[in-house]
Amino acid sequence: MTTASEPKKNLLLRLLTMNTSNEVGGRDLPLWRQLLLQALTLLITLEVMFPIMYIITLSFSSQTMRPSALQLLPREISFVAYQQVLDRPTANPVTFLELLRNSFLLSVGVGLVALMIAVTAAYAFSRFKFKLRQVLMIMVFIPLLMPAVGLATPLFLLMNSFRIVECAPGVLAFNPFTTCEGGKLLFNLRDSLLGVGIAMISGALPFAIWNLKGYLDTIPRELEEAAAIDGASPNQIFFLIVLPLAVPQLAVTFFLGFIGHWQEFALPWLFLTKPQDYTLSMTLYNMTGQYANAIPWNRFSAFAVIVALPVAITYIALQKYITSGLTTGAVKG
Amino acid sequence: MATMEIAGTVSYGARLRRALLPYLYLLPAFAVMAVITFYPLVYQVIVSFTDFATKDLRFGLASPTLQWVGLKNYIDILTGGLPVQNFEFFRVLTYNFWWAITNVMLHVPAGVLIAVLLNVQGLWFKKIYRAIYILPVVVPPLVVATVWRNIFDEQYGAMNQFLTTVAMWFGATDPVRIRWLTEYTPPIPWLLPNGPLPLAYYAMMIANFWLGWPFMTVVATGALQSIPKDLYEAASIDGASDSQQFWHITVPLLRPAMIPAAVYGFTTSFNLFAFVYFMTGGGPARTTEILVTFAYDLVRNLRLYGAAAAFSVFIFFVSLTVFLITNRITRATETYTEA
Repeated sequence: MTTASEPKKNLLLRLLTMNTSNEVGGRDLPLWRQLLLQALTLLITLEVMFPIMYIITLSFSSQTMRPSALQLLPREISFVAYQQVLDRPTANPVTFLELLRNSFLLSVGVGLVALMIAVTAAYAFSRFKFKLRQVLMIMVFIPLLMPAVGLATPLFLLMNSFRIVECAPGVLAFNPFTTCEGGKLLFNLRDSLLGVGIAMISGALPFAIWNLKGYLDTIPRELEEAAAIDGASPNQIFFLIVLPLAVPQLAVTFFLGFIGHWQEFALPWLFLTKPQDYTLSMTLYNMTGQYANAIPWNRFSAFAVIVALPVAITYIALQKYITSGLTTGAVKG
Repeated sequence: MATMEIAGTVSYGARLRRALLPYLYLLPAFAVMAVITFYPLVYQVIVSFTDFATKDLRFGLASPTLQWVGLKNYIDILTGGLPVQNFEFFRVLTYNFWWAITNVMLHVPAGVLIAVLLNVQGLWFKKIYRAIYILPVVVPPLVVATVWRNIFDEQYGAMNQFLTTVAMWFGATDPVRIRWLTEYTPPIPWLLPNGPLPLAYYAMMIANFWLGWPFMTVVATGALQSIPKDLYEAASIDGASDSQQFWHITVPLLRPAMIPAAVYGFTTSFNLFAFVYFMTGGGPARTTEILVTFAYDLVRNLRLYGAAAAFSVFIFFVSLTVFLITNRITRATETYTEA
């Protein structure tokens, strides 16, 4: 089986043996082995593409019923389903733009606030030596052990006790500080995007602090030392030297957070009751299970594609940072 | 750090300010965490000793109907005394571990093998395959779960349609109607003695396999590329076969990278809330319930806040145990290359 490396190959063979892996030298693969491996990789490609093609095909269909036989390639490209979903995603009186706005408010807001609070703490843990350093670092680490759902109960109960009640026209009571009998409930922190956001920050903060601390540890100290010799105060060093250097990692931490918060489901689904506060992931859940029969398949598929896209795009744009961060972190243990 | 003490002679006041500076930098984070993390943690423990339920929502701990029940919630959870059907703590706990372990046991070998396959010298279209194989990592797990839930739909699901097509090749005429997510009878009853593994478990394993191995491939690819090529050359000169090279060079040198990745995969699968909740919701009859989905059900649907708080305390200790064990495994294998 040495025919593969003969110099006069036909065009097809030459195209196939074109070096696409940027490797120089090394053994040439015998053709039969190459074909065997190609068959394997193609099989894996099919496995990967199966659900993706399935959902994309459904989303481009104008039929509201599912096809009775398996279809993995679109027979038609129709945007009817997308149009309908953008128009009116569910039976609730809420528009797609409102859902999108809620999802964005939560994921971007939580990401930014957590980052702003986390960065100074990460800097303190990374650069200063002080008495309670170990104790405080463990305190930040403990919440990371708890799965996000683990704090849902107390957060729900605590947020639920913050309400604004209109006791009489013009007379407001701020629970739990002032109370009154009866009255009309105007605002319940638990049942608002603000409340969900606060609860989500609780989960996001420890991760942001640890992630940023890990990165700040890798920034060489020479610059800071030089600045200190030149008479810069610690605050100046932080704001003028460290912070600008940390911008790339701030961005990565923000987008990693964004990917997570965009999919956040547990807390909003527990807290929110008003349809106009719903997020995209809550709506996606509404489209499955017991309510699924009311939603045409093509609309569900279009909606799933829409929910997945921002995450997929962010991920692909940041792939280099994310995988390198995860692997170096993993190797370090 | 020596860095901060360079700036010349310091007066007492300046030194005090310097000593307080780290706490000033920590203040925002700890002020916020005190309110939304540490206080809720304490509150959780307090609530776990009460029978807090919907009736007490309005007044919280000050509720006149609130009863202190001591350890009742904890005992109820352990002995199955909760007013919840089909719940048994140790069954859910065993299933949860089984679910996480079996997932990792499939994902890691598959991920490594596919990484090795993609690392074969001279393989065509390598870059295209690498780009395609990353796709499952990129799709949000929540969407993955809903899509696979539809694939396993009894009537119109792609899986049954696919099986129907295959069955037709073998001469079958009836469409395949497997009740993937609702059938209760376990197909292999002896597999997990402590609890039934219904078809839904296998369906979820398939879906999570799709989701899980590409990450392992990414990690393994990175580690493979750092193995020096001359090791293989030396081995083949000494007459080692391909499989010998794989077992004696590739596997040992991948281990330091793959064990932390496996640990990460384990903890992720162990607490895979959104995926399980979206795909089966713990059903049928709570057989695919994991700890976090059950805790969520206690708050969201059953509204037994006291029991939910107690259950979360259990989850905390289980997570702590898992962390201590996995941390030890990671530490023990960390220095492999130096040993």
